[in-house]
Amino acid sequence: MNVPEPAIDVQGLVKRFGKKTVVNQVSLTVEQGEISGFLGPNGSGKTTTIRLVCGLLTPDAGTGRVLGYDLLRDAARIKREVGYMTQRFSFYEDLSIAENLSFVAGLYQLFPAQEHVQNTLSDLGLTVRQHQLAGNLSGGWKQRLALAACIMHKPKLLLLDEPTAGVDPKARREFWDEIHALAEKGLTVLVSTHYMDEAERCHRINYISQGSLIASGTVSEVVKNAKLRTFILTGTGIAKAAEMLAGAPGVDQIAPFGLTLHVVGQDAKLLEKSVAQVAKETKTTMSEAETSLEDVFIQLMTGDEGGVS
Amino acid sequence: MRHFFSLRRLYALLVKEAIQMRRDRITFAMMLGVPLMQLVLFGFAINSDPKELPAALVAPTQDRYTRAIVTALELTGYYRFNYVTASAQEAENLIAQGVVSFVVTIPSDFGRRVERGERPQLLIEADATDPAVASGAISTLGTVAANALLHERGAEAEAAERARSQLEVVVHRRYNPEGITQYNIVPGLLGVILQMTMVMMTSMALTRETERGTMENLLAMPVTPLEIMLGKVLPYLVVGAVQVAVVLTAAKLLFNVPFVGTLSLILLGVFVFVLSLVLLGYTISTLSRTQMQAMQLTFFFFLPSLLLSGFMFPYRGMPGWAQVLGEFFPLTHFLRMIRGVMLKGANFETVQAPLAALLLFVLAYAALALLRFRRTLD
Repeated sequence: MNVPEPAIDVQGLVKRFGKKTVVNQVSLTVEQGEISGFLGPNGSGKTTTIRLVCGLLTPDAGTGRVLGYDLLRDAARIKREVGYMTQRFSFYEDLSIAENLSFVAGLYQLFPAQEHVQNTLSDLGLTVRQHQLAGNLSGGWKQRLALAACIMHKPKLLLLDEPTAGVDPKARREFWDEIHALAEKGLTVLVSTHYMDEAERCHRINYISQGSLIASGTVSEVVKNAKLRTFILTGTGIAKAAEMLAGAPGVDQIAPFGLTLHVVGQDAKLLEKSVAQVAKETKTTMSEAETSLEDVFIQLMTGDEGGVS
Repeated sequence: MRHFFSLRRLYALLVKEAIQMRRDRITFAMMLGVPLMQLVLFGFAINSDPKELPAALVAPTQDRYTRAIVTALELTGYYRFNYVTASAQEAENLIAQGVVSFVVTIPSDFGRRVERGERPQLLIEADATDPAVASGAISTLGTVAANALLHERGAEAEAAERARSQLEVVVHRRYNPEGITQYNIVPGLLGVILQMTMVMMTSMALTRETERGTMENLLAMPVTPLEIMLGKVLPYLVVGAVQVAVVLTAAKLLFNVPFVGTLSLILLGVFVFVLSLVLLGYTISTLSRTQMQAMQLTFFFFLPSLLLSGFMFPYRGMPGWAQVLGEFFPLTHFLRMIRGVMLKGANFETVQAPLAALLLFVLAYAALALLRFRRTLD
């Protein structure tokens, strides 16, 4: 047992809603103790895939194992050992924090329930607010309650569906610190997100688009595999330069970042030629830069819109 | 076994429901206030044997025979002569407008015919658009009028002599000799009120979770359909018990409805009935996706069960197919049971058929709900 079994190992998952195929042949592997990011535009099938993994939806095709249990046959066992944090806050707004946690503790048959609840409350700094109604909490505290509820039973796998949507940067930072602390203790995490900084905090990322997984690997692998070149133009003429570069050969993306202009393209030679010419004409300084993960994703999303599927 | 049913999980569900019920004060107040309000309102308002109905008298001549007839009619309690007129046209207008329910016409030669020993005639026109209104008042009419005339002519003894040789029909109005509507209505109202609140409340049980988004979370946790069902249904059983206590107490104190049968049998019947109702409501909530749909389904069920169960109209008076249809409503069997026990003093053997039917509903609804329960979000 040198190589432990992956926490998630699913192949060829397919899910259709009516005629629409929402998840198409998705195969996903997440190693134990890994934080795996799940990225993709809205409606790309992230939530559906996560629901398939935790047994909330039945796949139309595909097999796999989650925590060593068969995805199709052992849904009940999987539920017991997985913590799932839904995208929409789905605890009882008319119950207090402590009441919500007691409810969850009961359902997971934790004993003594109050001890588990109190420990979880203090671990996540919720003790002071435990008697507040969940409905009166702000986004950040709701998210913290939801996290508390899904880690209280000490799951081996945590599925987080856009956990930080609508949460302020400080709360987001704290949330991620918490996730890393949990992963350190051996918890496996699959987290979907729209934020690039969050994607970069993952050990591995998976990019899904229109139901298909199209890129997978560590951040640097994904960036490298995208084979993109990036140039930066600096100077006063960048607005003019942006106009001139639009549609120029080799140029795929143009994005102004404050006083600089990022120009990204797949065909390195054509791109360099176009950018060099514009730089000369607009008297801006040209330099090569590292391609960022965001550039890669924009590139992948632009590819989707081309209607290749 | 631990995987299919756990008391700890059920307890957690029950505590949660109890807290939610307590916090939703308006609903909670309605669950207890509405039954009492409805019982008082309908208990006093509904009357299937209406009395003191407005009537018009058309009498061109006011002789002693006319007065005798009018007095006799008023003494039956069914007629109240608000209008006395000589014009047939005016009386026609009154009945057409619905101001009076009856027009009693006593012809001008009425007294003369009586005295000559001819056959006098008396016309009573009844507004029979609602058959129930007219029936009681008309049924008593013949004998009352005849007796009044005999009395007025002092010929009672003679008539009695003649009647002795005729056929005598003996009628016993059993279980409710005075024909008090409330004795029949109040136990029925218990069923109707329970049906309305129990089915309505539980039909929201799952759809509310779905609409608030909490269903996704619930399904992701290790809880089984049976536990969810019991967790939703048992709290309402308690609410039902409180409603039953309120209604039965009011029935005794306000309406003085007799409790001829044993209380334990009444309570057993009510328990099985309420159980079938909460399970029916829960089944509805597994069938609908929104609270709106649940509400519509509830009403779709509610009206036929009210009309075909024998609560509003006599069950045995319906055509055969309608009686068959009526058998499919728990309320029908409950009414048979509760009226039997409360008013007739029926024992367990007498009511075991309706009890068995109610038990069958319980099992059928529970099975259907468990089958229909969606374990996933598909």
